[in-house]
Amino acid sequence: MFKKGLIILMALMLAGPALAKSGKNSIQVKGSDTMVNLGQAWAEKYMEENPGEFVAVTGGGSGTGFSSLISGTCDIAMASRSIKGKEISLANQKGINPTEIKVALDGLAVVVNPANPVSKLTLDQLAGIFTGTISNWKDVGGKDEKIVILSREINSGTHVYFKEHVLRKGNADGKEEFAQSALLLSSSQAIADEVAGNASAIGYYGMGYISAKQKAIAVAKDASSEYITPTIENVVDGKYPISRPLFTYVNGAPQGLVKKFIDFALYKEGQDIVLKTDFVPIIK
Amino acid sequence: MRKLKEFIIEKLILICGLASIFFVVLIFLFLLKEGLAVFSTVSPFKFLFGKNWYPISDPPQLGILPLILGSLLVTLGAAIISIPIGVGCAVYIAEVAPANLKEILKAGIELLAAIPSVVLGFIGMVTLVPFVKTFFHLPTGLTALSGSIMLAFMAMPTIVSIAEDALYSVPKTYKEGAFALGATHWQTIHRVMLPAASRGIVAAIMLGIGRVIGETMAVMMITGNAAVMPNSIFAPVRTLTATIAAEMGEAVVGSEHYFALFAIGIVLFIISFAINVTADLFLHKRQ
Repeated sequence: MFKKGLIILMALMLAGPALAKSGKNSIQVKGSDTMVNLGQAWAEKYMEENPGEFVAVTGGGSGTGFSSLISGTCDIAMASRSIKGKEISLANQKGINPTEIKVALDGLAVVVNPANPVSKLTLDQLAGIFTGTISNWKDVGGKDEKIVILSREINSGTHVYFKEHVLRKGNADGKEEFAQSALLLSSSQAIADEVAGNASAIGYYGMGYISAKQKAIAVAKDASSEYITPTIENVVDGKYPISRPLFTYVNGAPQGLVKKFIDFALYKEGQDIVLKTDFVPIIK
Repeated sequence: MRKLKEFIIEKLILICGLASIFFVVLIFLFLLKEGLAVFSTVSPFKFLFGKNWYPISDPPQLGILPLILGSLLVTLGAAIISIPIGVGCAVYIAEVAPANLKEILKAGIELLAAIPSVVLGFIGMVTLVPFVKTFFHLPTGLTALSGSIMLAFMAMPTIVSIAEDALYSVPKTYKEGAFALGATHWQTIHRVMLPAASRGIVAAIMLGIGRVIGETMAVMMITGNAAVMPNSIFAPVRTLTATIAAEMGEAVVGSEHYFALFAIGIVLFIISFAINVTADLFLHKRQ
């Protein structure tokens, strides 16, 4: 009995990669931690509707997704940032042609502890805080306390997006960096936990992670504009200043099962799931 | 027939013995091949003594001094905590404890060694980190100190069990001689037993430290990972190991960042190799 089981297991192990490669009835989806929950929810619903087909979703960060797509170990890469030129040229060397498909929008919430009196900031103030030029809460209307900066690790698309669009304000030649004293935490949940327990901390993550234990900061483009809170309506309207597209990347034009899955994600049902997992649909 | 069997077994064992050396050499060659490539873009001096670690910027800034100092600071803190407690524990187990308590203590130490580091890290994150924050009135509890305390727990089993072995292997006649001269128990321990076992104890400490410097998961979870030049044990630090673990997934294969992470691997390899060789020297001089 045991032996038989072992043989079947070995057969599966041998056949597994072959099946994944041929893409006959299983696809591998990998990448952005921000999108893991969304990807899981899609996969569950998809597999429910298409019995016998198998979708495996794993996280690891946008960069991890790209390197897997390039090395051929996944069929779909989820990414919360666009692919870099370096990654494209590397992919081309391996005969892979990454194609970008926008699947959802995400608002990036800047969060503080609910005990923190600060509840609104401008983009300039945010850039100052995260680059370290503003280091005390009293400079932005809070208590006389040192600001504890929390950031995601550099393998996170969220980290890269925040740097490019808040710290460098979209200026591609910008030289601004996160303050060296910024704590780099390995997950959005770790940031949520630290903010919940630390009255002088400030962090950022996709709005899906906001709970009652953190307070989302209302953000204004500049001192004279309106302060906007990160809600789904405000992101859809484009009013909230820190929102970003979420992508999937596939090799060449999507085909077969990959196409079927992406189509599922892009149409009504898939986009409903986007809304349910606290992201913003691309079709209204 | 018998001789043939003997011969085959002998050679097989020889192969097993050589395999470990073979693998170490292979690993080291691979590390060198991947790691040294980084020095075509950044000079070794700038790499080792640069103060800025911004690997994904354009152009990347690849200075690992904050990471080296971070690793050393956490290790030093862990050593300061674990050496006195570990050696004290070993002395108690080997010399003082009654037989039945001895067994319980040894089992406890073994159990401590069996806790996976990610579990220790998790426990540290939810208990130690908030405690350090409130106790020392710090802006955050994710500090080098938290890492040192947690790593001290990891180094202790190694230190205790090897130091205890060293104390056991001191010839009984030394102890009897000391007692015969009228020395008290404590005098015997610190004037005779400890000096006689000192080489073994130093080896135990070195191996314990070796474990600490290579530890990854727990430090990544509780030291805050800020790549800043550490100026106090109450500040967050980023260690060499945590940097590799956190960034390897992102690094584009063949990029400067990727090579730099391998070069960090070489630095780590050299540090732990040096520690192990020192431990070995002490152990072998003893015989």
